[in-house]
Amino acid sequence: MNALVLDERTPHSVPSVARIYWLETRNEFLRMLRTPMFALPSLLFPLVFYVMFGVLLNRGSGGMGSYMLATYGVFGVMGASMFGFGVTVAMERSQGLLRLKRALPVPAGAYVFAKTGMAMMFVLMISLSLIALALLLAKVTLTPAQAAMLVVINLLGTLPFAALGLYVGTLCGANGAPAVLNMIMLPMAFLSGLWLPLSMLPAWLQKIAPVWPSYHLSQLALKVVGGDAGQAVGLHVAALLLVTAVFAVLARSRLAAAA
Amino acid sequence: MNMMQVPEVSPAARLAGVKKRYGQVQALAGLDLQVACGEVVALLGANGAGKSTAIGLMLGLIAPDAGEVALFGAAPGSMAVRRRTGVMLQSAALPETSTVGELLEAVRACYPAPLTAEACQAWAGLQGLSKRRYGKLSGGQQRRVQFALAICGDPDLLFLDEPTTGLDIEARQQLWQAIRDLRARGAGVVLTTHYLEEAEALADRVVVIDGGRVVAEGSVDAIRAKVAEQRIRCRTPVDAALAAQWAGVLQAMREGDHLVLRVEDAVRVLPLLLGTDPALSDLEVGRAGLADAFLAITRETTQETQP
Repeated sequence: MNALVLDERTPHSVPSVARIYWLETRNEFLRMLRTPMFALPSLLFPLVFYVMFGVLLNRGSGGMGSYMLATYGVFGVMGASMFGFGVTVAMERSQGLLRLKRALPVPAGAYVFAKTGMAMMFVLMISLSLIALALLLAKVTLTPAQAAMLVVINLLGTLPFAALGLYVGTLCGANGAPAVLNMIMLPMAFLSGLWLPLSMLPAWLQKIAPVWPSYHLSQLALKVVGGDAGQAVGLHVAALLLVTAVFAVLARSRLAAAA
Repeated sequence: MNMMQVPEVSPAARLAGVKKRYGQVQALAGLDLQVACGEVVALLGANGAGKSTAIGLMLGLIAPDAGEVALFGAAPGSMAVRRRTGVMLQSAALPETSTVGELLEAVRACYPAPLTAEACQAWAGLQGLSKRRYGKLSGGQQRRVQFALAICGDPDLLFLDEPTTGLDIEARQQLWQAIRDLRARGAGVVLTTHYLEEAEALADRVVVIDGGRVVAEGSVDAIRAKVAEQRIRCRTPVDAALAAQWAGVLQAMREGDHLVLRVEDAVRVLPLLLGTDPALSDLEVGRAGLADAFLAITRETTQETQP
C-alpha cells in the first residue's frame, strides 16, 4: 500500500504565495463564521441595535436613520476587527499555534493578512446588511455612490481596529482578552457618538471625542450621509493611520518578543 | 579533521557547542548534535533537560546565545530550510472549527512538492475524516491530523515532539510505520519521547540529554547496556544497610515490609539475597524504568564532573 502512496506526489514547483494567502484567509473566515461566539455578536449586534434605535425608536425621521447607518457600521467594524484579532491572537499565542506557524513555511505576513481579510469579510456582510435595512426599513435614501463609499470606508476602517485588537491579543491571555476588548470597545463606541449622536452627550465628552479612533472613522462615514461635524477629511485619515501604525508597531514588537 | 576523508554531504541538522540561557536557567550548556538524512534520532531526557530548547533552536524559533545551529548547512528558520522540514509540536491547538481537509490544504500549499491529500490521510490514518471539524475529533485523531500536517510537505527532515502521547496502541504503531517509511525514502527524523519502547522501535540512534548537554549517545542497544540496571523487590527482614554492601548493589531501600534493591545484574545478587533469607517472599525482578535509566546516566555524569 505504501509503495503506491509514495508515488502520489504532486509535481515540484515553487509554492504560490497568492495561493497560500488565499487559503489562509479562506480558512480563517470559514472557521470564524463557524464560531457562534464570534459570528453571532459580530454580525447581529450592529443590525439589532440599528433596527432598535435607528428604526423602531425613530419613526420616520430619515436623518436619524442615516446617522445611525453610518455609526452602527463603524460599531460593526470595531466588533469584527477587535474581537476577530484580539481573541484569536491571544488564544493562538498561548496554545502554540503561532509557534507552529512560525516553524511551517508560511510567509510571515500571511497570518495577519488572513485575519484582516476575515475581518473585512465580516465588515462587508455587516455593511451590506445595514444598508439594506436602512433602505427597506428606515426609508433612508442613498445614491449608489454613497452606499459604495460607506462600504469602502468601513472596509478600510478595519485596519486601525485590527491593529488595536492585535495589540490587545499580544498582551492578554485567552480568557482575559474578551473582557479587556469589551472594556475598550463599548465605552469608546459610546464616547464617539456611535450609539447616541454626540450632540446629546455632555459638552466635555464632546470635546474629548476626537481622542478616540472610532470618532474619526464615524466622522468619515457621516460625511458620506451629510451628518459630520465638518472637520477636514485629512485630519480623520491621519488620526486613523497613526492609530494603525502605532498599534501595529507595538504588536509587532510584542510578537517578536513572544518567540 | 581527517584530510583524507571524502567531504561529507552536510548533515540534515547540526548543532555545535550550542548554549542557551533563560534568565537563571542554563537550558543548553554546550550541546553537540548531528542528524543525518535517512536516520531517526531519538532525544531522550527528563522534563527540563533541554530537549524542547534544542528543537526550538533547530526550528529557528529561538536563537542560541553561543555555538552554531545549521540545517542543511543553512540557517534554521529561513524559508528555504522550512520548506524542507516538517514539524509536529508537543502542543499546538489547531483551529477547532476548521475541517481536516482545510487545514491540510493550507499547509500543503506551503511546500514545493507536497504529498497528495489522500496520501497524507492514508499515512496518518485519517481516511474519511476530511470533512470533519478538528474540534470534533478525538484526542488521538487530532494528534494524527498534526502528524499529517508534519509529513504533508514530504520533508527531508521531520521534527516530532512526543508524537504518540495520547495515542492508542494501534494508532501508535501506524505512526511508527509511517515514520519508518519516511526514513526509508531518505528523511531524517528528530524524535523526542518519554517512551523507551518508542525509541527502541524507531531510533537508529538515541541521544540522552541532561542538564543541557549530551550525556549518552549511541544505538538503542548501547544505551540499554549502559542503563541495564534492574530492580529487585521482595518481602524480607534483611537489613537494607547490609544489602547495600553486596557487590553489584547500587542502592538498597526499605518500603515497609519490603526490601527494594537497584542492582546491576539481578542474577548475581539473588543468590546472596536468598542465602541470607531463604524464607523471603513476594519476589519481583524488573528492568529499571526509563526514569531510572536517566537517573543512572545522569548520576554517572555528575560523578565524572565532580569526582
